[in-house]
Amino acid sequence: MISFRDVEKSFGDKHVLRGFSLEVPEGQTTVVIGYSGSGKSVALKHVVGLLNPDRGEVEVDGQIVHDLDREGLVAMRSKIGFVFQFAALFDSMNVRENITLGLERQGMAKSEMAQRVRESLALVDLEGVEERDPSELSGGMRKRVGIARAIALRPRYILYDEPTMGLDPVTASVVNELMIRTRERLGVTAIVVTHDMNSAYRVGDRIAMLYKGQIRQVGTVDQIQRTHDPIVRQFIEGRPDASGDPEVPGFEETVV
Amino acid sequence: MASRLAWVENFPYSRLTALLSYPHICPVKNILSLRVYKWLLAIGRAASFTYDVGRSMREIDVWGPRTVIQMRRLGVQSLPVALFIALFIGIVLALLSEYSFSGAVPMYFVGTLVGKTIMMELAPVLTGLALAGRIGANIAAEIGTMRVTEQVDALETLAYNPLSFLVVPRVIAATIMVPLVVALAMGVGVTSGWITAITRLDLTTPEFLKGLRLFYEHKDIWFGLVKGASFGFCIAVIGSFKGLHTLGGAEGVGKGTTEAVVLGASMILVLDAFWAVVLL
Repeated sequence: MISFRDVEKSFGDKHVLRGFSLEVPEGQTTVVIGYSGSGKSVALKHVVGLLNPDRGEVEVDGQIVHDLDREGLVAMRSKIGFVFQFAALFDSMNVRENITLGLERQGMAKSEMAQRVRESLALVDLEGVEERDPSELSGGMRKRVGIARAIALRPRYILYDEPTMGLDPVTASVVNELMIRTRERLGVTAIVVTHDMNSAYRVGDRIAMLYKGQIRQVGTVDQIQRTHDPIVRQFIEGRPDASGDPEVPGFEETVV
Repeated sequence: MASRLAWVENFPYSRLTALLSYPHICPVKNILSLRVYKWLLAIGRAASFTYDVGRSMREIDVWGPRTVIQMRRLGVQSLPVALFIALFIGIVLALLSEYSFSGAVPMYFVGTLVGKTIMMELAPVLTGLALAGRIGANIAAEIGTMRVTEQVDALETLAYNPLSFLVVPRVIAATIMVPLVVALAMGVGVTSGWITAITRLDLTTPEFLKGLRLFYEHKDIWFGLVKGASFGFCIAVIGSFKGLHTLGGAEGVGKGTTEAVVLGASMILVLDAFWAVVLL
């Protein structure tokens, strides 16, 4: 279980998270939506200890992330796969080396690694690209290799940072299906950060909207689609201005 | 180590400096100017970073295999520029010394001047300055690009310590390879000085060697090599520090790289004076 509790984070004078709280249920995909620059990726990076909160805490399987020492952090990170916004593949390594890097760290045998690389690439429909460099891949292929790198570790949790950003609609759909397939086959708990509502509706079991550093509303896909909250409605409908009173809460079941 | 790095990055420097700018709250402002205090903070960050790099050397299985690759990239590939510089220093020094002595000093002192100057000063310092540009820029730009494209974050999520994976191999490679490059530069510089002396000046090989041996001590060589090792260490630490603390995109990488080269070159001159005071 991953929990955010009253997380506050500032960068200089910019207060990004102002009491961000969210529970991520096991076995489900929770999608965090919100405006660009609203702090979605910042929240995600707290889960793996890339950032530490100024106040509040993030808990993963009962452990407070920012209290972990180096060894504890390494153990915790081995349970989590992180798919970066622009894939973040290592330029100096080919696809196979990118995927095996994390497996080497886990001490896996080389023969087993080769098998795992093939399985992971097959799961994202990318067989036969092992020896290619990242510069030889398209944007969509890079994202899929990024997913393959994350799932090769057989993580318990996967965090996706804007997985469909910058992709054409067809490739974005392919990536959405891969996220669903990954959850179904590997049974992972996922957090997806996105502002792509098609993706959010397709892959999400629950959707949470981050607004002004806090969770504005959390609910199932159906609940969010029927919400009366003008801020959430404006966002999910992509309208330039909100209609109604922003202080009016949406549906009554805002469960954080 | 990530948590230490995060601590360094997340430390509220701006709040601290803002606090110190109020004399009635903190009397330190009355003693030290804000600029000096910022310098002290920067030195503190650099010291903390160097300490973390030292602690990261425990993970030999991570940095060991990558060090050999860096030794080739930072050392072997730097040889042409270093030897090119040394070649011309030897020629110029031989001609300059002949011009300066102009009959007042025995000509075999050309060998003395060429040997002493190249081994103790010019080979290490000019090689260091050239490599501050080549190695310092290479390290800062590569790690800086990895930082802004989230590759450093990706390393952390794969349970690697970026200091062990990226910084330690470069620091060890530069500390070992720069003195080796300096040693070869010494050889090339002295050789080119000798060839110039016997071809362009009225000097024989035995006379040149007589001058070369006259005041020679083994210290001449190891003094130059110690300086070279310290320059290599310094260039790699500064390049890595600037790279890992790069902010923004291409502009940030450019800024970090420039700062790494300027700071690296400045530190070489400071270290040069330091070793002269300490070892001579």
